[in-house]
Amino acid sequence: MATNTKNNKWMPFLVPVLAVLFSLVIAAIIILLIGENPISAYIEMLKGAIGSQLSWADNITKMTSLLLTGLAVGFGFRAGVFNIGAEGQMAVGGIMAVFVGINMGNVPAVIAIPLTMTAGIIGGALWASIAGFLKAKTGAHEVISTIMLNWVAYHLSNYLVAGPLAVGQGVPKSPEISESAQLPPLITVQASTVPSGIIVAIVAAIIVYIILQKTTIGYELKAVGYNPYAAEYGGISISKNIVLTMAISGGLAGLAGAVEVMGVYHRIFGAFTGDRGFDGITIALIGQNNPIGIIFSAFLISSLRAGSNSMQSIGIPDDIVTIIQGIIILFVAADRIIKTLIVKVQKKNKPSLEGGEDK
Amino acid sequence: MSSNPDLNKKDYAVFMENITKQFPKVLANDNVDLKVKKGEIHALIGENGAGKSTLMNQLYGLYKPTSGEIYISGEKVEIDGPKDAIKKGIGMVHQHFMLVDNLTVTENVILGSEETKGGMLNIKKARKEVKELSERYGLKVDVDANIEDIPVGMQQRVEIIKTLYRGADILILDEPTAVLTPQEIDEIFEIMDKLRQDGKTIIFISHKLHEVMKISDNVTVMRLGKVTGNVSIKETNEKQLANMMVGREVVLRVDKKEKEPGDVFVKVDNLKVRDNRNLEAVRGISFEVKKGEILGVAGVAGNGQTELVEALTGLRKIESGKYYYNGKDVSHFNVRELRELHVTHIPEDRFKYAMIQEYPNYYNMIMGRHFKEPFAYRGFLNHDKIYENSEKLVKNFDVRPADISQNTGTLSGGNQQKVVIAREVSANPQFIAIAQPTRGLDVGAIEYVHNEILNLRDEDVAVLLVSMELEEVLSLSDRIIVMYEGEIMGEVKPDEVTVEEMGLMMAGKKLKDIKMASEIESHGGDK
Repeated sequence: MATNTKNNKWMPFLVPVLAVLFSLVIAAIIILLIGENPISAYIEMLKGAIGSQLSWADNITKMTSLLLTGLAVGFGFRAGVFNIGAEGQMAVGGIMAVFVGINMGNVPAVIAIPLTMTAGIIGGALWASIAGFLKAKTGAHEVISTIMLNWVAYHLSNYLVAGPLAVGQGVPKSPEISESAQLPPLITVQASTVPSGIIVAIVAAIIVYIILQKTTIGYELKAVGYNPYAAEYGGISISKNIVLTMAISGGLAGLAGAVEVMGVYHRIFGAFTGDRGFDGITIALIGQNNPIGIIFSAFLISSLRAGSNSMQSIGIPDDIVTIIQGIIILFVAADRIIKTLIVKVQKKNKPSLEGGEDK
Repeated sequence: MSSNPDLNKKDYAVFMENITKQFPKVLANDNVDLKVKKGEIHALIGENGAGKSTLMNQLYGLYKPTSGEIYISGEKVEIDGPKDAIKKGIGMVHQHFMLVDNLTVTENVILGSEETKGGMLNIKKARKEVKELSERYGLKVDVDANIEDIPVGMQQRVEIIKTLYRGADILILDEPTAVLTPQEIDEIFEIMDKLRQDGKTIIFISHKLHEVMKISDNVTVMRLGKVTGNVSIKETNEKQLANMMVGREVVLRVDKKEKEPGDVFVKVDNLKVRDNRNLEAVRGISFEVKKGEILGVAGVAGNGQTELVEALTGLRKIESGKYYYNGKDVSHFNVRELRELHVTHIPEDRFKYAMIQEYPNYYNMIMGRHFKEPFAYRGFLNHDKIYENSEKLVKNFDVRPADISQNTGTLSGGNQQKVVIAREVSANPQFIAIAQPTRGLDVGAIEYVHNEILNLRDEDVAVLLVSMELEEVLSLSDRIIVMYEGEIMGEVKPDEVTVEEMGLMMAGKKLKDIKMASEIESHGGDK
């Protein structure tokens, strides 16, 4: 192991990249088996993801919320907390943003936008803190409590759009938030716009990076994640850090909800989160819980999503994308498979150097 | 005996001859003989690391001896793993139970040797058999209870049933009393006696002398990988056993300066602390540590030392009693509050408590002070100062390799300990609790650690040194207290105590009783 330290530094990047490549190869075989041409399928997918200005706009819009939920889950992982509740926290963030946003009629945008966004962050943070508090005080496992809170949030948002907040006909939905609370478009391409939410999301990634790498909070919560006993021995409060981690993680998911409301839909409707909270788990895993890595993995997943539409146009079911995503997770989660392969390749290249190094 | 060895070997259930086990760095067993007669309880005693477990693991097939022979009932055998050992009638009850929490007693007993009828588990028959076994030996287990719902004592009896169910005639019990309450200990002795009456052979690993005297027939004593004694219980006493166990002479290897200790700095008054099972582990003890003094805490592992250190460093709640630090009551201070007062701690479990293996050395070297200047300012880490600190410590404490960004988990044990010591010493302690500082270290590292501890004393730090190594305690301490089952058996000066007296105190005899007994003995000699 000791001689491998140099390679270990690259391992975190190598694993997800190889995982993506392997899964594309396996998916290509599946496309062949259903009688289609994988090369043209992938070309079509690329076109759909980054082939035109329109596809870029679509892609970036999709990426924004995925980046934020990925950050939410990844941040939790770093502190040893498995936040499965990004879905519910995103919903509560969206609800809070709507509550504040619809009342911003006479407020200038410079105040309305930060206020609405903060409401979303606080909503998600508080929602997640419930699970954090339960874990710290009673030991209730966050996986169970966040899953249950997801359902509460789901039904709460359904109730609000069908009842107290309901407007108009057809699909149950809330009223639109005031114009001053809406995020201005970054670029407009024909009928589509890229909302400026992507800037917010990237800034969030940078802030998360700074918290983790440069602050005492990051030092403490990583310590708790790696070895809670040693953290306690070093005078670090485990329960305080669990609640704090949950709050920050939930705040990021809440921000995802707020940005989605303020930039894309301008309102909420039932199940507007569309499983993006759960996609956050995938994205965090592929990005190896590293904020910068998560930017790339969010872009990867949004590209797959954006590309799947155009792939369908040449008769390939969009389930292929789900398959690709599933295989990537399999490889990333079972990273030993890839690491073993890497070590084998290295051994072949320089058999004399590494004798009994790996067990 | 030597005239007809084959006939003789037949009388022994276990006959291990000239067993040597060489590990890469340690000679764990050096020409060891162990002869256990059929139907006896044979005690195997020795300090931690004497080689008892290694010897038993070879009998149980977990290790293969480097050289030497094993005979079971006179028949020469090669034991090829635990399954083979079980086939040959050897069963082992480990210190850490191997039970599945959410299965019932019956299910646990049959696990791995399930009887099936047409592919179906015959649980009814198994349940009946387990119940019969339980009743026959007075094991009193509830065959339908889930393991997680029954007390430790009963879990142990389930382990015994497991070995009996598999047809064991020779039972190895690895420190069976270590996890039990006094009442449970009486019960296990009754069970062991019943098993003996039924013709089973028991090897009883222990280091509690009074227990050995109470239950066994013969005893083999080990020290530093060798057998130092093999006697019948009728012909020995605790004093002699203690002597054989800890050796006659203690070699002083350290160069300790004469020094008058300063004022009392730490005072503990009637301290009571509970362990993880909520049993009282420290039972109302009182002592003082002066400035510039090393107070040694001797004793066999598991007699409350761990809980005492955890309580004094804020990791464990103090149940009752007072803890004064420089005259101030700090009984309810947490780790951070105590660290702020310059209480530091070198913990016994390096991997679990002392470091974050995934953190680089420079991060591990600030743990506990990571939130304060110069390492942090207004919530932001000052990496320049963190690197600077680490560069200095790596150099001063000779950490190898001298790479501050290497993860501490990848260092050797000795160098990991240097990182820990560097951190705890550089925090300018006024009181430092040091537990098992040389566990698992090689000779060079041990010397280094010992010198560091003496340096602390010379710098007027109050030092509490807990160690299971008697030599370490005797050679470093200025005063020694001996702990047994959460109480202090006596307080002595290292140059005014004999090894026998230490051994007896470690085995649960109070110092005043020992003195009285030896007085009576010397007067009795006049008659």
